[in-house]
Amino acid sequence: MDPVLLARIQFATNISFHILFPAITIGLAWVLFYFRWRAWRGGEALWDQAYTFWVKVFALTFAMGVVSGITMSFQFGTNWPGFMERAGNVAGPLLGYEVLTAFFLEASFLGIMLFGRNRVSPRMHLIATLLVAVGTTLSAFWILSLNSWMQTPTGYYLEDGVVMVESWWAVIFNPSFPYRLVHMLLASLLTCAFLIAGVSAWRLRRGVGGPGTRRVLRTGLLLAAVGAPLQVLVGDFHGLNTLEHQPAKVAAMEAIWETQAGAPFTLVGWPDASERRNHFALEIPYAASLILTHELEGEVRGLNDFEGLHPPVPMVFWSFRVMLGVGVLMLLVAWWGSWQTRGGRAPSPALLRALSWMTFSGWVAVLAGWYVTEIGRQPWIVQDVLSVAEVAADHASATLAGTLFGYVLLYALLLAAYIGALRQMSLKPAASLGLSPQPATVQEA
Amino acid sequence: MAYWLPVIYMLIMGLALLIYVVLDGYDLGVGMLMPLAEEAEKDVMVASIGPFWDANETWIVLGVGVLLIAFPEAHGIILTQLYLPVTLMLMGLILRGVAFDLRVKAGDHRRQLWNRAFFVGSLVAAAAQGWMLGAWVTGLQGGPLGLAFSALIAITLPALYLLLGAGWLMMKTEGALLERAIHWARIAVWPMALCLLLVSIATPVVSPVIAGKWFTFPNILLLAPIPLASAICLAVIAVLLRQPELIRRGRGWLLFVATVLICVLATLGLAYSVFPDVVIGRLDIWEAAASVKSLQFVLVGVVITLPVILFYTVYVYRVFHGKATELSYE
Repeated sequence: MDPVLLARIQFATNISFHILFPAITIGLAWVLFYFRWRAWRGGEALWDQAYTFWVKVFALTFAMGVVSGITMSFQFGTNWPGFMERAGNVAGPLLGYEVLTAFFLEASFLGIMLFGRNRVSPRMHLIATLLVAVGTTLSAFWILSLNSWMQTPTGYYLEDGVVMVESWWAVIFNPSFPYRLVHMLLASLLTCAFLIAGVSAWRLRRGVGGPGTRRVLRTGLLLAAVGAPLQVLVGDFHGLNTLEHQPAKVAAMEAIWETQAGAPFTLVGWPDASERRNHFALEIPYAASLILTHELEGEVRGLNDFEGLHPPVPMVFWSFRVMLGVGVLMLLVAWWGSWQTRGGRAPSPALLRALSWMTFSGWVAVLAGWYVTEIGRQPWIVQDVLSVAEVAADHASATLAGTLFGYVLLYALLLAAYIGALRQMSLKPAASLGLSPQPATVQEA
Repeated sequence: MAYWLPVIYMLIMGLALLIYVVLDGYDLGVGMLMPLAEEAEKDVMVASIGPFWDANETWIVLGVGVLLIAFPEAHGIILTQLYLPVTLMLMGLILRGVAFDLRVKAGDHRRQLWNRAFFVGSLVAAAAQGWMLGAWVTGLQGGPLGLAFSALIAITLPALYLLLGAGWLMMKTEGALLERAIHWARIAVWPMALCLLLVSIATPVVSPVIAGKWFTFPNILLLAPIPLASAICLAVIAVLLRQPELIRRGRGWLLFVATVLICVLATLGLAYSVFPDVVIGRLDIWEAAASVKSLQFVLVGVVITLPVILFYTVYVYRVFHGKATELSYE
């Protein structure tokens, strides 16, 4: 098998596994801060209990993110040495700032957050929780800045094929960065919202929830009910930005083979690269033009304009539809649930079932969204500057296939263990978790 | 600027990796010692490193990050050449990192499994790091001599970590576990000393350049304090282990500090041996350096953040000062 493709699959496997966990922790860190703040202000004990339960989930999720993240920091070099040699002047500093401003902050104060309750004042504990949340968000800031620069590079010039920086401001705040950052932060908030609503629903169905489980469930629902429509709006802006800077990606997302005015939106279909058309297409006339140009007769550039330099169409096309579909489902369920639980009303069994089924729906949407944006950038690693094939290492296919096999096995095991552990934790009745009226006196995580 | 920036980054990278070896060294060491402990003691051992391991591991990310930022070409060469040991190390770190949580959260029936994963992950990561260090010192050349040298360091580094781990436990635990830690240190110290000696002899043998730097006059005199000081540290460790009463009375930290000093001295010796190469015999730090503008941009960040990082690292260690108590991941 082609070693470049194998290296890509290996990196994609690792990065796909990794993103699952930050997608939860970025949002969950802020939710925990909210719980802690409510508890700190005094009043109902349930916020303290909610914190005690969810901080355990956070610890596990965070550990999964850390270890798979360390792997990534090495795979940049092992799989794409050319990327670092040619674009290292941009990639290095942005990753460096992530380590310096975010990683140490998160990792250090996480210790206090998990184990320091009896060793620092409640106020310091609240601050530690805040610093961890700030750390996770800063981490997202830098890594998304780098990723966005790879999509829409600005602020650089080339010297003997090596990227040199002209303006750091232009590099960091490149054109797609603000949209991608907000899109991802909201995605994380939604992933976390459905996780806490889903786990709470599951606990209620099993009859192991504490007094606060319903309140936590409602917190998740409300977060999702507000976040989901915002995400639709931000997603639209993000799409328009992509159309301006990466039209080939948009053409692949919509499977538009020929440049045309009044392009239809293909709801479902089977893009066929050899015949350059979509089979079994169910189309909404003019809709693609309307969405992308906000005009009925707007012209949308087709894949024919990017002969040989556009991404593989079916993967991008389908990933985009999966993301949209799951996103819409999340929005509807969040609104339905928020309405049903208004004013302290009890959630119906149907809602609880739906929510527990959708516990990990955020993961599906996040992965699909990242596949759109990353596969959509192919064949480039830095759009229009550096191609993936140019920067790959020349490992033997057997080496790559062997290690890939190892990673896949390990990740499958870990994912099973993670979900299994989450289930174990959720199964424990509230009382045995130290969720009794008396806040835990032993240091607990 | 073009001369000094790469030198400064070499120093930062060396410092980050040294801090890594010391800090993650003790928690990997504790991980490797775990199967030797009683069931209940295992929880205390994990508790003694629980608040710290995550930040400890971040130092290797910084070390590799600096390699990437400052010497991107070397980053590519080194990590490509060390592909297999790097992969093994990563898998080890992954296993043990998740085992911290999963050994208590995955349910009692899985506890043994994750305890084992914690041990295996720690051992594999430590040995792979030793192998990488050995391969790097021999200029990534391979060959039977290079491989033998890598294998030697793949044993030395875990032995050093074991001693660090035992020293850590002497500071953080009491009672029966403390006695065990003393016992473990007694077993680990001599193989480690032997390995260190062998490495010191083998290094100039496999690398004529390094031999030239050490065994010429007057270098050999000027450098003599490094092996001498190491010998003194070893003597301190030996004395402490012969008089465990001192450790029981709270002098265990001396053993830990002496082991840390050995790490520092070894790093100094190594830095002197290889400077100014970053890929030994192939690429020096000026050839491999990134653009001055990129280096300046990051240096601003380093100068501002590194003191802050060190400050709150010390703060966290102070918060959790003293013997490890009932701290649970459940």
